[in-house]
Amino acid sequence: MNRPLKLSLTRRYHFAASHRLHSPAFSPEENLRLYGKCSNPYGHGHNYVVDVTIGGPVDAETGMVANLGELDPFVEREVVEAFDHKFLNEEVAEFRSAVPTTENVCREIFRRLKHFPSARLERVRIEETSKNSFEFTGESAGVEQRKP
Amino acid sequence: MIRVTRKLEFSAAHYYHNPNFSAEENRRIFGKCNNPHGHGHNYVLEVTVAGDPDPATGMVLDLKELKDILQREVSDRMDHRHLNYEVPELAGKIPTCENIAAVIWRLLEPKITTGKLDRVRLYESPDLFADCTADSNGSGT
Repeated sequence: MNRPLKLSLTRRYHFAASHRLHSPAFSPEENLRLYGKCSNPYGHGHNYVVDVTIGGPVDAETGMVANLGELDPFVEREVVEAFDHKFLNEEVAEFRSAVPTTENVCREIFRRLKHFPSARLERVRIEETSKNSFEFTGESAGVEQRKP
Repeated sequence: MIRVTRKLEFSAAHYYHNPNFSAEENRRIFGKCNNPHGHGHNYVLEVTVAGDPDPATGMVLDLKELKDILQREVSDRMDHRHLNYEVPELAGKIPTCENIAAVIWRLLEPKITTGKLDRVRLYESPDLFADCTADSNGSGT
């Protein structure tokens, strides 16, 4: 009956940022058709909610998959400080060449966090608003990824 | 297959302390959770059971039965208790979200006979939860 269990820990972080969905690869009309009001030239903002899921064995001495004393400052440094109260298109280098859709933000946050030294990053889930959420669990083999 | 999730809230006290660590190590590793007087949370538990609906009833399992199991196995054991001192299943374990979720899994799995226990999700606060599932690869705890 005591089959092995799998444990993960999910921690929620918040940042507020502005962005504009606009690609120089498209004409102004195409941008407007594709992105609608999200392509308004001065940008707009969201209160982003980021759920970071960490997996791995539970340390017998601490009872933890990951110590929040390590995870919180890591996420704070890698993501919150870099994204909070910023204009993503201009102030986060990766979005100078990629449209800061929440799909791309998800993938970028995953890239920044996957080096967390103490446990395995399993998933990044972002709520852009209370109605839209996006998840990324890493690139899976066999699924062709388009360059943003 | 359908997944059915039932939610339950309980409030409990705990603190983190490992007698194998020095006082300094306990403070460094566990931070304010090491406060010996303890502190508490309103835990929110989400229990998911998976299965095929019975053709006659249209139900995976009777939610009333699940509610009674959760009351007996979880609420009666843990609600308004100090998890370090009053829950024998947690004796000798640091009562982290991960360990409590795993203990709840072990308590519930044999009691759920209609459908299969699929996931135990335990929120310690709106910003922190642990998920416990069966490890199909056998590589977990």
